[in-house]
Amino acid sequence: MKNRLVTLIRIVRTGSVNFTRNLSLAAAAMAVMGVTLSIILFSIVAGSAFNNSITQLTNKLNVSVYLNSSVTAPQLSLFLKNLRAQPNVKKATYHSKAQDLAQAESQNAGNKTLLQGLSETSGVIPAKIVVDPLNANKIQSIKNFLDLPVNRALEDPQTPTSYSGAEKSAIDKIAHATNVIREAGVVAVIVFAIISMLIIFNTIRMAIFNRRDEISIMRLLGASTWFIRGPFVVESVIYGVISALASVFFIDILFAGSANGLQASSLGLLDIGYANQFFKSHLWILLLLQLMIGILIGAVSSVIATRRYLKFKSK
Amino acid sequence: MILLDRVTKTYNRDMGPALDRISLNVEPKEFVIVVGQSGAGKTTLLRLLTREERQTSGKIIVGGVDYDKLADKDIPLLRRKIGVVFQDFKLLPNRNVFENIAFALEIVGMGKHEIYRTVPKVLEIVNLTGKEKSMPMELSGGERQRVAIARAVVRQPKILIADEPTGNLDPKHAWDVIKVLEKINRFGTTVLLTTHNKEIVDKLKRRVVTIQDGKIIRDRANAAYKI
Repeated sequence: MKNRLVTLIRIVRTGSVNFTRNLSLAAAAMAVMGVTLSIILFSIVAGSAFNNSITQLTNKLNVSVYLNSSVTAPQLSLFLKNLRAQPNVKKATYHSKAQDLAQAESQNAGNKTLLQGLSETSGVIPAKIVVDPLNANKIQSIKNFLDLPVNRALEDPQTPTSYSGAEKSAIDKIAHATNVIREAGVVAVIVFAIISMLIIFNTIRMAIFNRRDEISIMRLLGASTWFIRGPFVVESVIYGVISALASVFFIDILFAGSANGLQASSLGLLDIGYANQFFKSHLWILLLLQLMIGILIGAVSSVIATRRYLKFKSK
Repeated sequence: MILLDRVTKTYNRDMGPALDRISLNVEPKEFVIVVGQSGAGKTTLLRLLTREERQTSGKIIVGGVDYDKLADKDIPLLRRKIGVVFQDFKLLPNRNVFENIAFALEIVGMGKHEIYRTVPKVLEIVNLTGKEKSMPMELSGGERQRVAIARAVVRQPKILIADEPTGNLDPKHAWDVIKVLEKINRFGTTVLLTTHNKEIVDKLKRRVVTIQDGKIIRDRANAAYKI
């Protein structure tokens, strides 16, 4: 046990010394790893900001069903009950003619012409039910329910349900865009992680290649696989830790600087203000995550890279 | 101590065996010299003993370890029991004399204080006291080889394998190295030495095994150099 501890301390010390001795090579590896970790971190924070924007957008998506003026109270009650029983319906709210008119009047209090028009046409504004979907991508299931003949009979034939036509198409496009953005984010993170691992892997292989004679001597003297591999792993883990710290520092400056300097709260769907706030409030967990990713990339790459030089001849 | 039974090593089927059904038995504390022309199979024999290569057929038992039953993970443990000296020294260039020797002890997890007690004793045996802080590049060929011997014996192995340790040395330094090997043998270590140096073989008057074309053609006690 004591021997193992002594060996572990020696491995860590040798890895640290090697790190300082190979600083130029280490700088190149850390630069690549730092860029990769920054991209990963940016993807996480930007992804969260996108999600926030998309959630806000999709929360505004709903379906308005305009009712026939002949619908009776029991029919309305049954219709609402059945509608709320649908799996994709989060909420279904009845708006009477009077409520809609009062709302329209309050929203357009300064527009006298419009108010006059509203009072003249108040008799033709139908009552409606506003349906909020659980999943904006599955509005079709609500449409299918509303298209049933028994329900069709309750709807106002003059005012079509608001998801149809151009509005339905817009809802579908937003829903589709949200999925594409999320999937693209995941793919980008995976692609950059793989690229980073390949570059780190080759950097360490280069370091090993430079020291292959040393490794073969260690082998002949009876050094165990981990006694030789350990310092390389420690060295790569140091790359990972420094790169992770640098990436968090860089992204902090990027979002804080953008939030202060751009004088705008958002760039399209990317809400810079929210991103900055998200980054600050999750700083420690993001730092921990970056450290874990950095250490993992470094350790896995170095273990794979050293494998070839540490194999024993089997034939 | 070392037992080879009909051992064959073939690198390439088209070229014939590097070692062809050789059998050899070396007793504990023996000093055995292996001679032969370049390409005869001497180095292959030593590489089989250090398990750098694996025999194609036959049986090898060293210090009670049957190589057929040796798992890859146990190869480092085997090598810790065998001291090896190479013609090109194979010292770690970035470490000084003390650190090169200490490295062999670090591998086995020896503590710092014990290392500081052990290394000077071995430096004394190879007559290198005072050279602890010298880097390998600052030493003569003979001194480097004595550092390599010190590193090989510092763990007190039962067997010392020396692969042409005098090959790169002038006669005076070559003799210094041979004297150290004899001293180590007197302490009870089995020594297996390969060399081309006729003068050394003739003066030592030890058991001489001659290899030619991968076969042992002669095995004589107190013998002289003859190919």
